[in-house]
This record gives sequence, structure tokens and C-alpha cells, in this order.
Amino acid sequence: MTEPLLQLRHLSKFFVVERSLLGRTISVLKAVDDLSFDIMPGETFGLVGESGCGKTTVGKMLVNLYRPTAGRILYQGTDLTGLPARERRRYCRDIQLIFQDPYASLNPRMTVGDIVAEPIRVNRLLPRDKVDDRVGYLFNAVGLSANYRNRFPHEFSGGQRQRVGIARALAMEPKLIVCDEPVSALDVSVQAQVLNLLAELSVQFGLTYLFIAHGLNVVKHVSDRVGVMYLGRLVEVAPKRDLYRNPLHPYTKALLSAIPVTNPAQRRTRILLEGDVSSPIDPAPGCRFAGRCYAKTGCAGCACDTQLPELVEVSPGHFVACYLHPAVG
Amino acid sequence: MTGVPPGEPMTVTAGPAGTAAACAAEARGVAEPPPKGGHGEAGLLLQVRGLSTDFAMKKGTVHAVIDVSFSVREGEVLAIVGESGSGKSVAALSVLGLLQPPGRCVAGEVLYKGRDLLKLPKGEMRDIRGNHISMIFQEPMTSLNPVFTIEDQLTESIRLHLKLDRRAAVKRAVEMLRLVGIPSPEKRIKDYPHQMSGGMRQRVMTAMALSCDPDLLIADEPTTALDVTIQAQILALISDLRDKIGMAVILITHDLGVVAETADRVIVMYCGQVVEEATTEQLFERPLHPYTLGLLRSIPTMEDTEATEPLYMIRGMVPNPLHLPRGCAFAPRCDRRRARCAAEQPALIEVEGRKLRCFLFEPGCNQAATALSPESAQAGGAVRRADSEVAP
Amino acid sequence: MSKWDSPVAPGTPPEPASEGLVADETMALGELLPDGSIPEFDETLHEKPENQWLEMWRSLKANRAALVSLIFIAFLALLAVIGPYITPYNPIETNMANALKPPSAQHWFGTDQLGMDIFSRVIAGTRVSLTVGLLAVSIALTVGIILGAVAGYAGGWVDTVIMRVMDMMLSVPSILLAITLMAALGKGIDKAVVAIGLVSIPEYARIVRGSILSIKENDYVAAAHVVGLSDSRIILRHVLPNALSVIIVRATLGISSAVLDTAALGFLGLGVQPPQAEWGDMLGRARGFIFQAPHTLLFPGMAITATVLAFNLLGDGLRDALDPKARIK
Repeated sequence: MTEPLLQLRHLSKFFVVERSLLGRTISVLKAVDDLSFDIMPGETFGLVGESGCGKTTVGKMLVNLYRPTAGRILYQGTDLTGLPARERRRYCRDIQLIFQDPYASLNPRMTVGDIVAEPIRVNRLLPRDKVDDRVGYLFNAVGLSANYRNRFPHEFSGGQRQRVGIARALAMEPKLIVCDEPVSALDVSVQAQVLNLLAELSVQFGLTYLFIAHGLNVVKHVSDRVGVMYLGRLVEVAPKRDLYRNPLHPYTKALLSAIPVTNPAQRRTRILLEGDVSSPIDPAPGCRFAGRCYAKTGCAGCACDTQLPELVEVSPGHFVACYLHPAVG
Repeated sequence: MTGVPPGEPMTVTAGPAGTAAACAAEARGVAEPPPKGGHGEAGLLLQVRGLSTDFAMKKGTVHAVIDVSFSVREGEVLAIVGESGSGKSVAALSVLGLLQPPGRCVAGEVLYKGRDLLKLPKGEMRDIRGNHISMIFQEPMTSLNPVFTIEDQLTESIRLHLKLDRRAAVKRAVEMLRLVGIPSPEKRIKDYPHQMSGGMRQRVMTAMALSCDPDLLIADEPTTALDVTIQAQILALISDLRDKIGMAVILITHDLGVVAETADRVIVMYCGQVVEEATTEQLFERPLHPYTLGLLRSIPTMEDTEATEPLYMIRGMVPNPLHLPRGCAFAPRCDRRRARCAAEQPALIEVEGRKLRCFLFEPGCNQAATALSPESAQAGGAVRRADSEVAP
Repeated sequence: MSKWDSPVAPGTPPEPASEGLVADETMALGELLPDGSIPEFDETLHEKPENQWLEMWRSLKANRAALVSLIFIAFLALLAVIGPYITPYNPIETNMANALKPPSAQHWFGTDQLGMDIFSRVIAGTRVSLTVGLLAVSIALTVGIILGAVAGYAGGWVDTVIMRVMDMMLSVPSILLAITLMAALGKGIDKAVVAIGLVSIPEYARIVRGSILSIKENDYVAAAHVVGLSDSRIILRHVLPNALSVIIVRATLGISSAVLDTAALGFLGLGVQPPQAEWGDMLGRARGFIFQAPHTLLFPGMAITATVLAFNLLGDGLRDALDPKARIK
């Protein structure tokens, strides 16, 4: 049994929305609430959910953009949350981030070559005279000609900018890359280019990915295991095939059925969820999904409205947090 | 690849022995049956002919829409698909006369029930926009005025266009909100836009667009800014309203999944031109144009496959609109491009009751190649290749 | 780690996955074109690697008012350097017998109440006005950028303290504050520079803080954190360069108001000490003769107006030239 590369334990991030005059917290946004899962070395873990479910917040905590409110992030056994700032920064090298918006994630005043070279120079990853070679190498690795290194970001298309962003992440020689919706801002024909590139790179450099996305078809394509989030909670975690063949949580089922399929013969009957995603500010007790759940009535006497269900392993590797499942609660 | 169930060989419509005559007969046979029977010429609601729109920029003229023709029948959902820069939104704005300078319609006519909208005076056009054709936009955040309540904004247009008094207008507004699925509309109507979520706002926009009983709704990326589950709600709503009110819809989107789920007929646009037009069934069962095919194959499938083969990629990128290629606009990215594709512009031709802009399907091309292979065999071949690559 | 240590020689891009091209396609269309013709970079998007300063200059040139202003300012700068050597008369030489003479061939702008040649004095005053303007703005800019950057970037109580002090300074009319400061510091042109510089700090601090607050939210700043850059490097390399255009525009406009403030202080007799020539001081001393000899006020007044107008128009032109969005149109 190999050691997990990354273990999240009861990770939470709360944002204070409102304070009283005396500084007492009145209202709290629970962006991520008690999240636990492992990522094994070399695998791609997909994290799906709708906007506001906290998936991006998880990614930002991993790369030290947010400090967790509670819980632990164990990277190769080391608890990153307990480290002093200076030591914490050293782990930046191992965990990198690819951003969603390729237009906002590159400094418009720097050449793309400098953008990729900066992390190497500043962190002294290579002797000065080797930096140029490495930048050329990284450009080639992401499918850009090294001749373009003196150009500015605005001269590139969205897909190419995303490649530059990937090269910048690779410059740190990371082991784990958090991909935060890396293709959702790109044109359809370019999405495939970037997804294939990410797959190639993971083989070439032995990378592990945490792949955050709202598109279930994209996540299905890239992931080995998938976690589904709803309002800050993980509701289901399973190996990809289990999840797509045999979704257990009502929300996962609805999410899967909501995806438009490019096959008119398959216009299925959808599970249409009523209403909107409710607010993660001061959530009611009970299952976060209870307000929209269409299957709740099938679970008479369940604690859906009063108690948060815990994530329980119902078959090997398949976890679900729903009272409807006999093994839960 | 998603369009074709894996493992099932493509049925080639005209066999390898097909002759020109057989081909022609075939074309007649398949000729676009109207989706809801009984529509003749009379059922035509909107007819766009040879529409061209230019944007005069400092660095040159961008031909955003080039000689686009299509028609919408009553009660039909027509999808216009394309990537960014394909001209799909500009085409819609041109139809409604909502183009902002430097955009300008330079040619074509837009016949709505026989009247050319491009030649109408402003006042009459406003009347058309209010009472006959409505539009909803992608961004529900910015399309509603933040300082007025939903009631103010809804009743304003109702009173203006339907000439109702205040009380009747409010009643109708509540009715519309209920129709688009807003819970307790009597209360929510007093809300300001910021008190509503994105999905709710899109519903309000839809209610506003529908409040004057339009014959035609133009929806420009109505679900792009929304979550998947909300998108499903809105799409179901549009289909539902079409069935209930019999309203025609032009659905503009980049998402082929959305098209497959809702549309009757599809137009694929690339660089301002129509490259393929077909019924939804035809298009997804057998995409012919290399661009359509490429788009479909590059979408990760939801089907239950174990293999994680690399996705098909259309390489390169959409060309700069100021410097469109001399030949076929898609030629620089096309896998099957030939010398002629780079040199000449293909025309939109009719093949088996659908329209295509590609030399590969021109009759001359086939005859020159081999008398035995009509265009469909080639197309079949192309689709089969897609399969064999996905699951070898 | 070996995978990172062997950079392939640049120039060998990874092979693109080969697509199964069919060979049996028609001859009518000619040869199948080679893969190499698929554009990976759109050269037509930008004909050559563009220098943004060059681009700015081009845009500025197209704005006639700004261009004329720039030429006028260059001319003023030239006068400031060589002016004292080319004046037809000694600007501080009095000649009571020749007082309050209207413009003539000998005295182009006439003479003042002490018989000094106004033309010579206006030229000599250029140096004082421009120097004071530039120095005062430099002081305000330096301090303002530091305070604004720290406040905007650090946030929290640092921000609150700095900005409340700035608000307090802004609540008093700046010229009144400058006069108060001069009262404390004493008369003299050097003290006027300091006073004007100090009172305009809040404007710069505010504008810098504002643009930093918005730039800070950009993904590229987050990306800089993720690759382990220090805060000072992030401010200097990623945040301030992107605030530069705003700052330049503001500084250009600031020079004009500094020139105006100098004139006001001079008018009140707090700036340069007689007999040294300064436009505001000239106005102040001649104000008793407005009806007898209006030319004594007209020419220094015109010098002030033209200079202020030139800097304002240049500032406006720069604002457009430095805004990439306005440039594209």
C-alpha cells in the first residue's frame, strides 16, 4: 500500500461575513466544511460541484493562498497547516496551481519568457546560466515554440496563454498540480488541446493532479477518482467508473442527469432540481442538500433536516454522505 | 464521436454503387421534412437571406457575418452553434437591428412574415422587437437594471407594448413569473435584481422576453453563465414554453450538448460563415463538415468507456478576423485540407437535404475521385475513422 | 527528480499526436497539405513584437492637442535651462524711470512697476515654476506611492491608519494647508516646494491604493504568491508596473496643479523672495496696477495658463495612450 501524496483531514474554511460592533462574529460563510480525502501519487482526483460549492477554496488552501480555519493538510505526512510561514512557503515548490482564466493569470507587463523564468530565478532552482535553457525546454514541453518567449501575453490566444500558465507551474518542478477549471474559459476546439497536454505532462513528469471543474464530462475524461461537493461538503467520493455507473447520492444523480449529451437520441428524462443552490452563509442544520432533495421523502424518519450526514465508505473506495443509503447514519 | 454510438458501424445511406441519379433521388427523399408536419411556405416565420455584417475597425474591416441565410418555421427551435468569433451573436443582433457602431449590415434581407426588417423605420422595428420578436442575453447580471424592482421592469414593457393599465400589467407580470417557474411570484416581484440568484435572474429575463407573447425568441447563450443544474432547468423551460405557446426559438450557443438536447435544426458557423446546416438528428448522427466532426469528437464523452485515449484535437486556432484565410476559412486547421481548399472559397452546397460548405462534398470532386464513391461514402468513412480511433 | 534534470535541447517540440490522415481522398482538390501549415501562433495578430512605449508614443502622436502640449512643454523645459542666458535684459534689474511701460519694440511685454522687463522675467520665471512643479510632484509621488502601496497591499489596520491620516489632510483645502505649513517652515522657494509636495501626498496615496486594491485581485498576483515570491517583489514586479499608467497620468496632471499652487503661494508673497522672478509673485505684485497697466498681469498670467493647460492636455492624452482598451479602438 503506497502512502497518499496528500491527505486532507477535516479541512474547513469559514469566512466571516458580518461582525458586530464589538467584533463578535454574527454571520459565517462556510465555504469548505469538514472536508477529508486522500490523493494518491500519480492519480488525478477530480473535484466537481457547482459555483459556490467551495471547490476553488480547497485548491487555494492547498497552494497557501488561503489559510484553513480548521483541519490539517498532510503532504507526504507533513502537516502543512502547522508550519510557520517561511517553512510553509518551501512547499510551494511541490504544489502548484493552474488558473481558470488565462487572461487574468498572466502579468500583462511581463514577457511570457520572464513569466516562466521568474519562479526559477527567484527560488534559485537552477544556476543563472541554465535558466534560459530550462525556459526553452518548458516552452517546448507545453507545445509552444521557444521563439515566442519575448512576446507579451496579449499577443497570444486563450489556449496559448493557458499553456504559458502551465509552463509557469511546471517551472517549479511540482509533484502535485491543482488545476482550477483549466479549460472552462476556452473555446471547445481548444479545450481538447489543453486536456491532452495535461494528460501528456502527467506521464512525462509523473505529476499528480487535483482537477477542479464543474463540467462532469471533462472530469470524467481526466480523473481516476472523483469527489462531488455541495455547499462546502463532500457528498460522494468514488473511483470514476463507480461514480458514473452507480451514483449513490441524489445530488450526484441530478448532476449527472443534468449534463447535456451530444446525442439527440439520448434525450433522457432528467432529474430537474427545484430551486437554486442555497446560500452557504449560516447554513441550516442537517444535510446541506436537504432543501432541494427530491429523494428525501423516501427516507422517512431520517435525520436529513436535523443532522449532517457523515461520509461513509459503502463499498471499497466508494464513499457517500446520505441517510438514504443503509450504511449511513 | 459522441454522436455515433461506439462499436456500431456507420450505416452508409447510399451504397458504394450509388450513381448520380440515385444520389439525387436520395437527396429528394431526405429533403428536410419540417419538424412539425404541415408547415409549408406559410409556416415560415423568419427568413434571413444573404445577411452580411461588417465592423469597420481602425486596422481594417472585419467581416463578422458573411452571406448567412437561414429560416425559422413557426414553433421550431433553430440552434446556431459556433465558437467565439464565429459571428453567431452578431447575426442575431443584425436580425433584430440592435447592432452598435462600428457594426453595420452591408447586405441581405431579413424577412419577418414577408416584411424586410432591415428596411423598417426605427419605430416599427421597436414595435416588432416588443411584440413579435424578443431576445434574452447571456449575462443576466447586467441585463436587469439594479435600481428598479422586478415589478417595475416587467410591467414597464408590458404596459408599453400591450397597452394594459397598471393593475392588469402587474397581474400579467405575476402570471409570467409563475410561468417561468419562480416560486411565490407575488412576493418575488417586489425584489430587486441583486436579491435574486443567477438562475432566477435568467428566469426573470425570460419572463420579460415572453411577457408580450412573442412569436420568436432569440436566446443568446442563455445558460452559459449558469450552473449545470440551473442550465437544465432553463433549457427545460424553453422547450416547455415552445410546446405550450408554440413559440419559435433561435438558440445561440457554443455548447453542442445544449443543441442536441433542445434544437430541431442546427446551423454551424465558423468565421462568419455557415459551414453546415442540418436537422439535429442528421448532424449528430452523421456530422459531415470536418469542422463539425472535429468539434463533436473533441468533446469528452459521457458514455461509459474505460479507455482514456487522448481526445481528438482541432489543432491551431480560430484565425484573426482581420486576416481570414484566402480559401476555406477552416482550411488551415483542417485535417483533410487540399491545395484547392487553401486557394479557393467553397460554396454552400446542398447534400442530401442538408447544406455544407466544403469541397469534399462537391459533386465534381466525387466524380473526379472515383465514379463509385458518392459523397456519403466519404462521410461515412470519416465517421468510421473517428470510431476506430476512439476504440481501436 | 531525474525527469527535471535533463532538459531536452530546445527546438525539439514534442511530437503532436499524429492524426490518421486518409490517403484515398480525391485528386480533384490537389495534394494533402502538410501539417506544418497549421498555425500555432497567429502572426497576423501583431505584425511585429511591439514595444508598448512605442505603441503609446504612436497613440499620443495621433492626439493633436497632446502632441502640441508636449512640444510646448519641451520648449518650456528648454527655456528653463537656457532662459537666464538669453533674456534681453537682466530680469532683476530695476529702472524706475522706465516703469509700467506698455509693450513696445524694446520691451516686448512691457515693463513692470519697478521698470523690470516683463519678457525677461517671464522667461526667467519658467525655471522656477517648472522646477517647483517637478520637485513638488516628485516628493508627493515618492511618499504617496509608498504609503498607497503599503496601505493597499497590506490592508487591515495599516491601511486604516494610513488612509485616515490621508483623509484628515484632504479635509483641509490644500492651499490652506500649504500656507499653514509655510507659516511654520518660513518663507522661501525651497520651503514652498516641500509644502506643496506634502499637501499633495494624499491624492497620490489614494490613487495608488485604489489601483493596487484592484490589481491585487488579479490572478497573476495570486500566481506570484503560488510560485513563492516575496511580498516586496510582488509589489515591485507585479503590482506597481500595472499601476504605472494611472500614476503617470496623475503625476502629469499633478505638475499643473503644483505650478498653480506655486503661483498662488508666490501671489501671496510666500514663495520666491524679490527680486527673483516667479510668475505668481509677478501677478501678486502687479495686482494694484490692473487698470493702469493690464499688461503687467496679462503676460505672467498667460504663462501660467498655458503651462497648466499644456500639462492637463498632455495628461489627458497620456491617459488615452496608456489605456490599451482605448488604444485598440
